[in-house]
Amino acid sequence: MAELLLKNVTMKFGGLLAVDNLDLEVPSGKILSLIGPNGAGKTTVFNLITGVYKPTEGTITYNGETLNGLHSNKVVSRGIARTFQNIRLFNSMTVLENVQVGFHCRTRSGPVRALFKTRHERQEEKDIILKSQEILDFFGLVGHQNDYASNLAYGEQRRLEIARALATQPKLLLLDEPAAGMNPKETAELMELIIKLRDTGLTIFLVEHDMLLVMGISEVVTVLDYGQKIAEGTPKEIQQNETVIEAYLGTGALSKKKKPEQQKNITRSRQHD
Amino acid sequence: MIQKELKKLVVYGAFLVIILTPMLGFRSTTFEPGRVLKILGIFMTILVLNIVVKFIRSQKKDDGRKKTPWTEVVRKRINRYPKVYTLGGLLALAFAFPMFADNYMIDVGITCLIYVCLGLGLNIVVGLCGLLDLGYIAFYAVGAYTYSLLNLTFGLSFWAALPLGIVLGMVVGCIIGYPTLKMRGDYLAIVTLGFGEIVRLVLNNWDSLTAGPNGLFGMKRPALYYPSFGEDGFTWVTYYLKSLPSLYYFILLIAILTIIGVRRLDNSRIGRAWIAIREDEVAAELSGVPTTWIKLLAYALGAGFASVAGAFFAAKLSYTNPNFFLFMESCIVLCIVVLGGVGSIPGIVVAAFVLIAAPEVFRGLENFRMLAFGGIMTTMMILKPEGLIPASRRRRELRADQEPPPKD
Ligand SMILES: Nc1ncnc2c1ncn2[C@@H]1O[C@H](COP(=O)(O)OP(=O)(O)OP(=O)(O)O)[C@@H](O)[C@H]1O
Ligand SMILES: [Mg+2]
Repeated sequence: MAELLLKNVTMKFGGLLAVDNLDLEVPSGKILSLIGPNGAGKTTVFNLITGVYKPTEGTITYNGETLNGLHSNKVVSRGIARTFQNIRLFNSMTVLENVQVGFHCRTRSGPVRALFKTRHERQEEKDIILKSQEILDFFGLVGHQNDYASNLAYGEQRRLEIARALATQPKLLLLDEPAAGMNPKETAELMELIIKLRDTGLTIFLVEHDMLLVMGISEVVTVLDYGQKIAEGTPKEIQQNETVIEAYLGTGALSKKKKPEQQKNITRSRQHD
Repeated sequence: MIQKELKKLVVYGAFLVIILTPMLGFRSTTFEPGRVLKILGIFMTILVLNIVVKFIRSQKKDDGRKKTPWTEVVRKRINRYPKVYTLGGLLALAFAFPMFADNYMIDVGITCLIYVCLGLGLNIVVGLCGLLDLGYIAFYAVGAYTYSLLNLTFGLSFWAALPLGIVLGMVVGCIIGYPTLKMRGDYLAIVTLGFGEIVRLVLNNWDSLTAGPNGLFGMKRPALYYPSFGEDGFTWVTYYLKSLPSLYYFILLIAILTIIGVRRLDNSRIGRAWIAIREDEVAAELSGVPTTWIKLLAYALGAGFASVAGAFFAAKLSYTNPNFFLFMESCIVLCIVVLGGVGSIPGIVVAAFVLIAAPEVFRGLENFRMLAFGGIMTTMMILKPEGLIPASRRRRELRADQEPPPKD
């Protein structure tokens, strides 16, 4: 059963067609990857799902309920969390606090309870700290909990972003290039982490340029080029797909082998430039 | 270590002397040079005390055999509860202040404490939530006028009017906050500035309600009620806080409650959401923080605190007029927040005293007063752009959960 469903989703920025009539299915409990050349519209897809942008056309549903027009924070409380391509941590907050912020949508204490420090508020704060530390422990960051987020090493910052997203207790996790800027060792660790997360029942939707990572852990790979889905399949199928190779290497690279129909497809998508 | 501290003492002292000596030459009816020396004395005493405390805390245990046991005890105590002692000392000083100060000084003290409240309230909006607000004084005006009008027309006591003032302040806060929710930076500053002026102009021109530029007067002072068992049995006696010291203690209490309140908010789920919004609004929203609502809350609560201060202000003077709420006042409160260290409660308290007391003390110098004000601000921004006492979130976290056990 599909958890997240995109139907005919189109996103225009002025004259620019960033996402073009996209149909996408993110099945529950799997690791799905979205790949494509720079500017293909991958991040835009994430922004559409999480309500940062409203799709020009089309519908996005999650477990049968439509997400169109919801505020981002409501999407998050529905159980969809994400990370960012360019790390966006709360830099002047501590590592622990960054994760604590993630619990906002799962806790209730308002200003009145805070002002009077009611028993309920204190208990909730205690719980948040404990749960945050559990998450940090999972990401090997508990030793850094009192450091400022900005003082973490790059790879640690990437992990902290995932930790913060997990604090919102999502069922679907969108990761936008989590391995960007990581060395091979860190990437391998990240791979293990993602698999572990999937094994806890989480659905993972991954945007990534690192093909080793993508092909290593994905169950389904979708390829986007100029906002259009040009291929979908298992990692093996995608690796052998000529359209995909062409999209990555540029028109003409495989032109001799190209079937005329696919050729047409690609030239059409180029016109959106 | 002690050399470093002494060096600091000399440098700070020299700095103060350089700032203050030109003032010694001035003579005017209201300004006596002796006051400058008094200030210098107070500052130096604080610095010396600071060094003594630091020295005691820094003593290592290894060379403990040379020490008399009581210093060891003191060192441990101070190390374990450094804050309790500092705070206790400050509180004692604040309570003792009216006993050795003249009426003028007490009056300045009251003004300082009002600005502490204002600074802390604005700190919620600017310091924690990161929304630049140049019209903050409008909420102070709302508080002052709400109490004045309720007291004059309905005879409501200070205590009855206060909650209404807070609620009205919060409502106005939301009214001003709501249209600005999508704005940032410069635009936000301009719009809030405009709203601040609108409130003042309304007060100035709505003659039938606010008596326009003449202002309102004759409000009752805040009162305390205590039971008495006299000849005619049990009665409640109303005691109006008329003397300056009693008003001082009253605003001191309000300031302490404000500090506690803002601190608790800062440390709460809502406070974290505010800071998250300040740091990165998009990331905050996508971490599940309803940024619109939380920003409105910052406006409302900030306005609420200003409203309390405003009600006290009107009650203390028994008079209010629109010219108390000029744009300049918003600027001063903003300066307090920035100078103190954005988001830092102790910094703002100190900055309120520096910025309000210093110009008051030099009031006799008339125009030079603002010069000194500007000079202090500029010097500070060059020497310590992060503020007098930068906010440290790390320290708090350490205390909250991971207090390292004393190494004994
Ligand atoms: N807010 C926006 N306004 C205008 N154009 C935009 C906006 N966001 C994205 N675009 C454009 O949409 C297209 C797709 O961008 P997007 O960021 O989704 O690509 P991407 O696949 O994530 O690329 P990369 O691999 O470099 O991250 C690009 O041409 C980009 O310039
Ligand atoms: Mg991208």
